[in-house]
Amino acid sequence: MAAPAVLRILTALVLAPLLLGVINRVKAIFAGRQGRRLSQPYRDLFKLARKGAVYSRTTTWIFKAAPVVSLAAILAVLVLVPLGPGGPALSFTGDFILAVYLLALARAAVVLGALDTGSSFEGMGASREAAFSALAEPALFLCFLVLAASTHGLTLGVLLRGAALSSTAPELALAPIALFIVLLAENSRIPVDDPNTHLELTMIHEVMILDHSGPDLAFIEYGAAVKLWIFCAVLTGAVLPPLTGDPWLDFALAVAGVFACAACVGVVESVMARLRLPRVPKLLALACACATIALILTLWR
Amino acid sequence: MTLLVLALAVLAAGAAACLCAGRSRAANALGPVCAVAGCLLGLAATLSGPFGQTVSGVLPWGLPFGSGAIGLDALSRLFLLPVFGLGAACALSGRVNLAHCADDRNLGAHWFFFNLLLFSMVLVLAARDAVLFLVAWEIMSLAPFFLISFHDGEERVREAAWIYLVAAHLGAIFCLLFFLLLWNASGETGFAALAAASASGGPGAASALFLLALIGFGAKAGIMPMHVWLPAAHPAAPSHVSAFLSGAMINAGIYGLVRALGFLGPAQAWWGWLLLGAGLVSALGGILHALGQRNIKRMLAYSSVENMGLILIGLGAGLVGARSGDAWLATFGLLGAFIHLLNHSAFKGLLFLGAGEVLHAAGTVRLDQLGGLQKRMPRTGILFLVGAASIMALPPLTGFSGELLLYLGLAKGFAARGLLEQIGLLGSFFALAAIGGLVFVCFAKAYGLAFLGEPRSGAADKARDAGAAALWPLAILALACLAGGLGAPWIVSLAAQAADQPLTLYPAVAAQAPLVAGQGARILTGVALAGLGLFALVGVLALLRAALLRGRPVRAFRTWDCGYVAPDARMQYSGASFSEPVSAAVGPSVIAKETYVAPEGYFPKRAVLTVAPRDLLETFFFVPLFELIGRACDQAKVLQHGRIHLYILYILAVLVGLLLWKL
Amino acid sequence: MNVAALFEPLMIALILTNLALLVTSRTGVLIRLIAAQGAILAFAPLFPSSNLPVHLALLCLAVFAIKAVAFPYLLSRTLRRIDADPLIEPYLGANLSAAAGIGGLLFSLWLEHRLPVPPGLFAPLLFPAALTTIFTGLILVVTRKNALTQVIGYLAAENGIFLFGAPLSRQGSVWLELSILLDVFVGVFVMGIAIHHINKTFESIDVDRFCTLRD
Repeated sequence: MAAPAVLRILTALVLAPLLLGVINRVKAIFAGRQGRRLSQPYRDLFKLARKGAVYSRTTTWIFKAAPVVSLAAILAVLVLVPLGPGGPALSFTGDFILAVYLLALARAAVVLGALDTGSSFEGMGASREAAFSALAEPALFLCFLVLAASTHGLTLGVLLRGAALSSTAPELALAPIALFIVLLAENSRIPVDDPNTHLELTMIHEVMILDHSGPDLAFIEYGAAVKLWIFCAVLTGAVLPPLTGDPWLDFALAVAGVFACAACVGVVESVMARLRLPRVPKLLALACACATIALILTLWR
Repeated sequence: MTLLVLALAVLAAGAAACLCAGRSRAANALGPVCAVAGCLLGLAATLSGPFGQTVSGVLPWGLPFGSGAIGLDALSRLFLLPVFGLGAACALSGRVNLAHCADDRNLGAHWFFFNLLLFSMVLVLAARDAVLFLVAWEIMSLAPFFLISFHDGEERVREAAWIYLVAAHLGAIFCLLFFLLLWNASGETGFAALAAASASGGPGAASALFLLALIGFGAKAGIMPMHVWLPAAHPAAPSHVSAFLSGAMINAGIYGLVRALGFLGPAQAWWGWLLLGAGLVSALGGILHALGQRNIKRMLAYSSVENMGLILIGLGAGLVGARSGDAWLATFGLLGAFIHLLNHSAFKGLLFLGAGEVLHAAGTVRLDQLGGLQKRMPRTGILFLVGAASIMALPPLTGFSGELLLYLGLAKGFAARGLLEQIGLLGSFFALAAIGGLVFVCFAKAYGLAFLGEPRSGAADKARDAGAAALWPLAILALACLAGGLGAPWIVSLAAQAADQPLTLYPAVAAQAPLVAGQGARILTGVALAGLGLFALVGVLALLRAALLRGRPVRAFRTWDCGYVAPDARMQYSGASFSEPVSAAVGPSVIAKETYVAPEGYFPKRAVLTVAPRDLLETFFFVPLFELIGRACDQAKVLQHGRIHLYILYILAVLVGLLLWKL
Repeated sequence: MNVAALFEPLMIALILTNLALLVTSRTGVLIRLIAAQGAILAFAPLFPSSNLPVHLALLCLAVFAIKAVAFPYLLSRTLRRIDADPLIEPYLGANLSAAAGIGGLLFSLWLEHRLPVPPGLFAPLLFPAALTTIFTGLILVVTRKNALTQVIGYLAAENGIFLFGAPLSRQGSVWLELSILLDVFVGVFVMGIAIHHINKTFESIDVDRFCTLRD
């Protein structure tokens, strides 16, 4: 018996903030520090949830709705994304398109919330987020197309059965590489964006949520963690096929894969510097180019 | 059929009555009432009885060369829906917004042409005879000229109206030629006879006819490079007119193209690819140009070019699929095109009417002078937001369903036959994704800069919502946007019946089409379910948020200013700065022309940066072309010198020349 | 592990080095990439069978020594000596170059499908990889301003030609191969000296400046 869909969703809901803890721990190890506790993201979230809120006088209900809508959209994507053996809770042909557009909905909410404050910094973040996601989205779709061309399926459940490792075609290894770049860009990690920077001018995601506080900020932070989980799960699904045949063991392996992705993110963040902003589109174009080569060779086969 | 004739009669009567009412105040009541009554009758005619049923009749009205044959089938009904729906909404909105200029403008003439436009559009879509079609087409092309030039005191408006007129007639020449050639081949003007005749011609003749149709009808639809009239005409016209032109009239170009394809017999392989390519160029070019705009109505006009491009992508994919026997691609391409067409009518109408409200309240639609309108015009704001979210194709609103079907059709490109075909289809999928991303930037900018933040001018600060009478036409369209998303499975069934018509030429595909359409309906049911789930999730989270905040201190304060002590509204991100990252990534010269004078020296005096949006094709193709034509015409003035005896010599020379040629 | 199974990853790695050649913006990286490409090519004659005659091993070693070690060393020495701008100034931006390269790959795949090549002559992916490499070299030559980058472009194009010859190497046409290599070696040698002189004369290796010589 495969792990029921509810269990998988619960796993994601519970463990998502831990990914941030893992990334931080990996970075700390690289820097020779002891690092924060792995549970620190949970503590932050609980702290924020118990606080009051401050709202700018410029803002309207858009600002207050933004965290709710964005978190709701991200949670809805979670229902569509499989992890390990057994399909996702809701599956139909083309569900990957819905997933990508739900992520766009989440992004739209945050971007509009940022513009609602009337701050030039938050406008700047919104503009960058919108522009870079406009480039990351096609790259993500290209990765899905590669998987679709190799698995001949159009549902996430079929696409994410570990094509890269289960197939002998070497070009499929390029899709996860492109997917990883998209993961970094969409989740505001180095080298695209630095989640720990302290200068507003250089931020993308963090600068958009400067004015959010209390439970609203908790919603957004939690949503970001779940989004990271989703991308890690997609990457794991693209790489890792069910290896053992035992559904529970495979599920555990898939969860381990998700954390391995987070560890990779931590490694990248430790060894790379942030790119200058004009170079970010080039990075995403490189992801597109990798995925395109993979697509062409997959089709040629 | 009777209902449709009745609707036509009401519209014609309305037009006549408005003409009689003239400048009197009654015109502003009579015109909209007749238009709405005609539209409601028309909607009843369209939706009563089975959608796919073909009925026909003859108007009791003789035409030279042709007959008054009219008819209704699923295709006509599908295209009539936005005409009637949007027509009614625009008439209602126009009534309110024109009321203040009832004294100094001839509203009777305005409503005469509005009713005439509705009348001619219905006739275009119902005509089953080439002559009737062309007459109606000509009226439909002429009426907007007078509607666009409503504020004819302004130079800019007069110029826009002329650009429209020239573009419309250049297109009309190709349509005329198309039908003349067909008529020549068949000897009859009925649509059925035309279809039979063109099948007898060779492939070369069919291809020539196809190109004529593409250019002629493409000009009406605003396909690049024949799009230049849209960004000129829409900002100049009153908003309810732009809404109708953009949401309903340009659809007639698509309708003409689909009908024409029906006449031409089974397509040749390259037709579909040409449509697909033209669609991609239009969509990408349209949205890139839209991104650079800072006038909301110009931006919406370019966005119409983009959306017509998307529809053309669907038609092209449908044709490619039909031709190669790929039922999946054919059905989803056509369904995607048709559903996106309906969606576009709903959200583009809504957005133009919303922009009209902004124009009315703030006196401008320039993004750099707006801002903070959500606080000042909350109802218009939320309606505009629904339109913007729909056009961004955010689920669960309506824009998503059409694009999803387009994506789905193209996504199975890996199953196509040759490598190049596969790459062509999947490459289009990729382009569609890129276009989606750019639309996101464009409309986040449109809504975000106009409605959020602080007002950038005093006029924007003083803007207030109009009364309910002005807003409920918008509310209807916003509801349509919501219903279109959740009720997409039903709309698929309508569009599937309309898609049968172009597929009749490909029986093998047509046999499988209902199955694929059923699959599409099931997929959209899944999407609608996910949408409902999303609403529930939003509700639950909103309750959670309220519970968390209960009993906690909630304060209002100023926006975090990053330590700067004197922030003001002018420091906010402007239109040009918002699109700068995209423009830097795609190449700045594509979106706008920048001139930059850098500050120099230790005590710099003057530094200038201007970013002016421009139209690449207009700047580098049409303006030089028309200048060239103008110069050539100047040269021809040598012949026109005013000496009468030389003119007579010309006549003589021509006569002798003709004689010699025929001997 | 079947040796032939390693051939396709090798070819894909080659295609990737091409892509990297097109998008990189630093001359130093370019030289390292062309060295990597040379190293990959040195393995190409070993396929498709797993037995290894001595002359083949020697050929591979020679190719490796020349393409992966000697050329890059010469190039980087030149780069150091002439003190050139480490950044490449392209006529065609990185993204468009990459798109052109991908177009080249697509074209080669299509051409392979259309050309009446005797079946079994080329291992799978060899033909497109080789042709793409030639295209990449040509794109580099055409769209880059720096003379050093152009030399690297010539090298990449030559790599492609070499790959075409690789299947023939088993039939004893080693001499032909070596003569090609020698030609190029001399070519590069001359080029290196020429660049040196151009640099001395014009204090730049920007080929735009050659335009002043046309009268």
